[in-house]
Amino acid sequence: MLAAADPNLIPSIFRPESVPAHAIHELSLFVLAVTAGIFVVVFGLIAYATFRFRRRPDDDGREPAQIYGSNPVEVAWTTVPLLIVVVLSLATARVIQQVQNAPKPASAVDVELVGHQWWWEIRYPKLGIVTANELHVPVSSPGRPMPTFLDLRSADVIHSFWVPRLAGKTDLVPNRRNHMWIEPQRTGLFIGQCAEYCGTQHAKMLLRVYVHTPEDFDRWVREQKAPAGVPPAVAPGRRVFEQTACVNCHALSGTIADGRFGPDLSHLMSRETLGAGALTNSAAGLKDWIRSPDRFKPGVLMPAMNLPESDLDQLVAYLATLK
Amino acid sequence: MNSTSPSATLTPAVESDSRPTVLEILHSWVVTVDHKKLGLMYISYGLLFFVVAGLEACLMRFQLAFPNNTLVSPQVFNQLFTLHGTTMVFLVGMPILFGFANYLVPLMIGARDLAFPRLNAFGFWLSAFGGILLYFSLIGGMGMTGAGSAPDVGWFAYSPLTAKAFSRGHSTDYWTLGILVGGFGSIATAANLVTTILCMRCRGMTLGRMPLLVWLNLVMCGMVLMVISPLTAAQIMLLLDRFLGSHFFDTQAGGSAVLWQHFFWIFGHPEVYVLILPGFAFASEIIPVFSRKAIFGYPVMVGATVAIAFVSFGVWAHHMFTVGMTSVGNTFFAISTMLVGVPTGIKIFNWIGTMWGGKIRLATPMLFCIAFLFQFLIAGLTGIMLAIVPFDWQLSDSYFVVAHFHFVLVGGLLFTIFGAIYYWFPKATGRLMSEGLGKWHFWLFVIGFHITFDTMHIPGLLGMPRRIYTYDAGRGWDLWNLICTVGVVFQGAGVLCFVANVLRSLVKGTPAGNDPWDAWTLEWATTSPPPEYNFAEAPVVRSRRPLWDLKHPSDPDWHYE
Ligand code: HEC
Ligand SMILES: [Cu+2]
Repeated sequence: MLAAADPNLIPSIFRPESVPAHAIHELSLFVLAVTAGIFVVVFGLIAYATFRFRRRPDDDGREPAQIYGSNPVEVAWTTVPLLIVVVLSLATARVIQQVQNAPKPASAVDVELVGHQWWWEIRYPKLGIVTANELHVPVSSPGRPMPTFLDLRSADVIHSFWVPRLAGKTDLVPNRRNHMWIEPQRTGLFIGQCAEYCGTQHAKMLLRVYVHTPEDFDRWVREQKAPAGVPPAVAPGRRVFEQTACVNCHALSGTIADGRFGPDLSHLMSRETLGAGALTNSAAGLKDWIRSPDRFKPGVLMPAMNLPESDLDQLVAYLATLK
Repeated sequence: MNSTSPSATLTPAVESDSRPTVLEILHSWVVTVDHKKLGLMYISYGLLFFVVAGLEACLMRFQLAFPNNTLVSPQVFNQLFTLHGTTMVFLVGMPILFGFANYLVPLMIGARDLAFPRLNAFGFWLSAFGGILLYFSLIGGMGMTGAGSAPDVGWFAYSPLTAKAFSRGHSTDYWTLGILVGGFGSIATAANLVTTILCMRCRGMTLGRMPLLVWLNLVMCGMVLMVISPLTAAQIMLLLDRFLGSHFFDTQAGGSAVLWQHFFWIFGHPEVYVLILPGFAFASEIIPVFSRKAIFGYPVMVGATVAIAFVSFGVWAHHMFTVGMTSVGNTFFAISTMLVGVPTGIKIFNWIGTMWGGKIRLATPMLFCIAFLFQFLIAGLTGIMLAIVPFDWQLSDSYFVVAHFHFVLVGGLLFTIFGAIYYWFPKATGRLMSEGLGKWHFWLFVIGFHITFDTMHIPGLLGMPRRIYTYDAGRGWDLWNLICTVGVVFQGAGVLCFVANVLRSLVKGTPAGNDPWDAWTLEWATTSPPPEYNFAEAPVVRSRRPLWDLKHPSDPDWHYE
């Protein structure tokens, strides 16, 4: 029942691996220390007052001395909190400045992220790559800074980009452009998910971020830019695809399909999951998904297409070649 | 009934010697304009919806107890949290607080009723109708097809989820109309209470001698008058969008999603204080009586309340730190939000100052208030964390926030409401509630509360967003969610003790007498329950604690105030 979680996949905000997440983390530890101090003092006072001044069984029934207030005391417990607020404000303003107004270096990777009900469209405008749900970025090091700058938009309702170990969240608001950046300092996989309620399947709008070495990232870019070849054996599957409504919702380079309602399928098999993390990607998974997306993601906006079994097999055989 | 209205005494149900029939009793409640009856109706109405929204919460917690659980469908889950939130704020919190204000304010200021008794009844029935509208969507949400559905847009209903394109059918319209109508009810009642407090205090009761409860309710009602308006405006704009083709929030046609958020939170944040100020009010009455001391720093307490109200109108965008405001905007709202912490801290210190040197009776009402102090402290501190913008970028919309506001509204408000019910129940019914069951209620509820909501901070820190109907195993969230759900069982048991206690005490509670707690404010000077006219003779007061003066003629308060 309690599956042992891979600690690296737990998206804890206390295990930052990216520059802005580190800045937030340091600030949050400071704030936690300050609030813990306040807690200990005030909790101590409440507990002490309750215990020390509780009525004893041998009470004489007389009323205690009535004290109506004390100005010096009031001044004291107004001033101290005010000073704390000043300190916290300064610390906050500093980190806001550091994260929100960071200059963008020339070596930065640009990514456009478009939120959809319930998946992520990911575009690299300078590289000419379009993909979905799995963001690939290079690792950044002081010697070779390669932060990724994200341009956030939405195609329908509000979503929110949140990969806790890489950065705080920023909303994807329709009719508006937001910006944020990440600068991972370690390679690996980081998981996040949509953090603003966006309708039925808000829960299954996961986002996986793969951080590569610069060399691996370049290889991934080359693979994504290579046109998907069509082995002759799967030509019938391609025909099924092109003759079905798939093409209205999906884009697939080299075919007539240019829909943007659903994820780009050009390099479908380079992704590890389907349906924004709803299931693992494999030929078998793909077939189950196309037969009945609703089974994995009730309420999903891709309809079950009711293809005959033979068509479905051919279609999946074709899609499975889209590396 | 309003004692100034001559027709009131002609009601046959009151005049006849024979016992009134059930129908007559029912009729007398439906047509009543008596502030005490309306107060009790408000409170009962709130408690009824409290049970409904509590059951909704249970269902959600059971769904989330295990990863990939399928107890409820995603659609139903989304409806559950929408209804739970909307119900708790608009149909539980507001009615119960207005109920107490209705019942207590005239008694505490020595008046015979509110300024406008009929308007009072009107306000109540409007609010009640609003609640019924919201739940009617379960039947009528899909219109004539008969297939019901409830709103599933979340309690703050962010546009454009509420646009026709994303919310078909009429469930969102029921939500909008329910809140709109209820809002008019709130405005009516708030205006009524403000007028009453300003114009109908008994002789000698200057503003500086009003009980703190009355002060806090005055400020609360003033805030209601200001905050309901933007909410109402927003709801009307939404209706225009949905029915008449305007585009205020319709992003597909150039509208603004962020605009809705500004409107909503300009209502929504002060609303939090509208809800919590009456909680402070209860604590400010109960803590002194059970510590046997006058409230510490009365003028400072009043000042802090006004300061909280004032500052709380300038903090709304702290709900919006992730929508992409400028760094200047973010910094401003961070600072203003932290500033609210100062007067709030002052209040906590003054309550502790009241307990200091007292002789604290740990009866049930006081237990709830001490737990409130402790829990509200934590709520305040997590609130500071959320005000630190960069920290909020991580915490916002996560389970941490959910834990935070349940500390405010359950750990803070609900605890004081329970305390208030134990405290004033004898006044309203003439009978004491059982201390034994009360202690069971308190301890079960405290333990359950902390199991659930202390734990709930953790999945938030581990990256769990709110409002998800399920999650995968292996994200590190399973155990914490299971623990949260276990706590619900204790809370449920506590609430059962409470219900049992109320029912039992109604029938065979120990008779309370006029003044069971040896208290100091005017409501304890009249009988329990008070007669329709409250006081046979209008009282005259010379200090903040008129009954203290009566009981200690050699050492009255007005020597010191
Ligand atoms: C009405 C539009 C629509 C049609 C028609 C449609 N899809 Fe989809 N499809 C979507 C949407 C939307 C998603 C994203 C679902 C989600 O993750 O919530 C999707 C997701 C997918 C995915 C998963 C992609 C990924 O990376 O997660 C595959 C594969 C897919 N569709 C294949 C097909 C095929 C093959 C057809 C035709 C038989 C088809 N779709 C027809 C809208 C459509
Ligand atoms: Cu989303």
